[in-house]
Amino acid sequence: MTNAMELYQMLPKTNCKKCGKTSCMAFAVALMARELTPDDCPPLKDEPKYREGYEKISGLFKPSEGATETGLVVHEDLCFGCGNCVVACPVNVANDPYGVGSGNAPKNINKLILTIENGIVKAQNVGECRRFGKNKILCNGCIVTCPVEAIEFV
Amino acid sequence: MEKNYHVCTGCGLLCDDIEVESEKNIINKVYTACRVGVAHMKEGKEEAIFRVDNKPVNEETAISEAASILKNAKNPLIFGLGTSTSETHKLAIELARKTNATLDDTSSFCLGSLVEALIHNKIKTCTLDDVRNKADVIIFWGADPSDSHPRHLSKYSYFPRGSEKQRGWEEERTAIAIDIRKSHTAKICGNYFFQIPPGGDTEFIDALIAGLSGKLPKTSYNYPPKKILELANILKGAKFGIVFAGLGLIYSLENLEPLFRLMKALNEKANFHLVPMVGHYNMRGFNENLFAETGYVNSVKFENDIVKHGPEYSIVESLKAKTVDAALIIGSDPLSSLPRSIAKNLFEIPVISMDPCETLTSRNAKVYINTAISGVEAGGTATRMDGTKVSFKPVVETNHPSDEAILKKIMEAL
Repeated sequence: MTNAMELYQMLPKTNCKKCGKTSCMAFAVALMARELTPDDCPPLKDEPKYREGYEKISGLFKPSEGATETGLVVHEDLCFGCGNCVVACPVNVANDPYGVGSGNAPKNINKLILTIENGIVKAQNVGECRRFGKNKILCNGCIVTCPVEAIEFV
Repeated sequence: MEKNYHVCTGCGLLCDDIEVESEKNIINKVYTACRVGVAHMKEGKEEAIFRVDNKPVNEETAISEAASILKNAKNPLIFGLGTSTSETHKLAIELARKTNATLDDTSSFCLGSLVEALIHNKIKTCTLDDVRNKADVIIFWGADPSDSHPRHLSKYSYFPRGSEKQRGWEEERTAIAIDIRKSHTAKICGNYFFQIPPGGDTEFIDALIAGLSGKLPKTSYNYPPKKILELANILKGAKFGIVFAGLGLIYSLENLEPLFRLMKALNEKANFHLVPMVGHYNMRGFNENLFAETGYVNSVKFENDIVKHGPEYSIVESLKAKTVDAALIIGSDPLSSLPRSIAKNLFEIPVISMDPCETLTSRNAKVYINTAISGVEAGGTATRMDGTKVSFKPVVETNHPSDEAILKKIMEAL
């Protein structure tokens, strides 16, 4: 995935503040954090000379439209329900140590992020994910444990 | 709230924590099970099917036809039983005694020799729960559980927290894969994947034993000695090591001698156990049940109360030599799994197929009896890959007769 600097290069760089942010760089950071969308920059959206940049940025964010708030995407066609991610997810383990944390069936399914239903992993409560919220960290427990790359963050 | 958990009989792992939502005896949703388990649980059909010469008949006709085939045969072959309950095994052994049959299961060309070694206590073994609670070094040798037993790593061997391994896989466990290709399991093992050429297992074992005693490990395929020494060092430090031996390893060895040598060398330096990666859910159960009755794990021939044993009584050799003149195949599909040159001999003899699924064998059988899926539509007991006995109840009701009921009726008809 891209970084804020790359996004900034595609912006008008006029610091017009029409988006509500103090500078174009701040807008780029907000874009990265999914607080704003490319449509929130009026010059970028409306002025023909920024057309190319607008299309590029929109194209970058297109794959994540269907994703959950944290950007977690499950490729259902690849997943075969081994449950490695369910058992490895630190939030799952903390909330259900004797259930999924010990490799068993969930004891408290409502608190979990990842569960297996009909042989395919399902994401819920994504707000609990360590990649989400103010103190987010780049946790990759579910990605590195997947043998078939069925989980992705966009 | 105590939940009602079911046992999945999709593979040798026998996961006992499956939740099922069903309505009118049709399974709608399955929780916690992998895709293999879900497919297995949902494969039930509505109508029971009985066929003779590919024409639908009723149950009595099919059973009397099956009984007359067995009665007229001098040396019938009874084969399969890897996906049947232990209760069915006992009946099948009795039936084999009665009909002077050759009795064999898939373990004769699979992991039978290893299970036999475990029954004779030639190798130290442990249960999968021990692995979860204690194991710190886990070797997958010639096995790819990510594909064959999808929940193996997540339920027992690598990812779960255990009573003595509470900090989990990142800090306290090392998973090692030794295989000829980068399998899905090898991918998870990351840097601890050791790729060897096909058939190179014996040499790798000897090199590893040399490495364990501090000698320079040599292989004809020039495997980097540094990597083998690195592996030997990890193994030496194991407090509770476990080797999961798969078919890849067993097929590559001419006999089990190198494996015994390795386990001995490992146990001199550390503490190592071995569990076979049994595929069918009750293959180990069949080996143990037959051993209890006859003293052999597979490939036996009953002849007027005498039990003969030898490779010539395995399905492959007896079909090759055409010594059998009828076959009762229970829950197996030899026409698909055996080489064509051997399987084609099944076309020359009358075949009775008892299977919950339509298979190539069932379509070409003289008599086909569509049985209940044990573990889903019929209950019983089975032995997990580590030797633990697991009993289970049916998940849904069905009008399909179980293997057990059919065998009983065939014996009555005889």
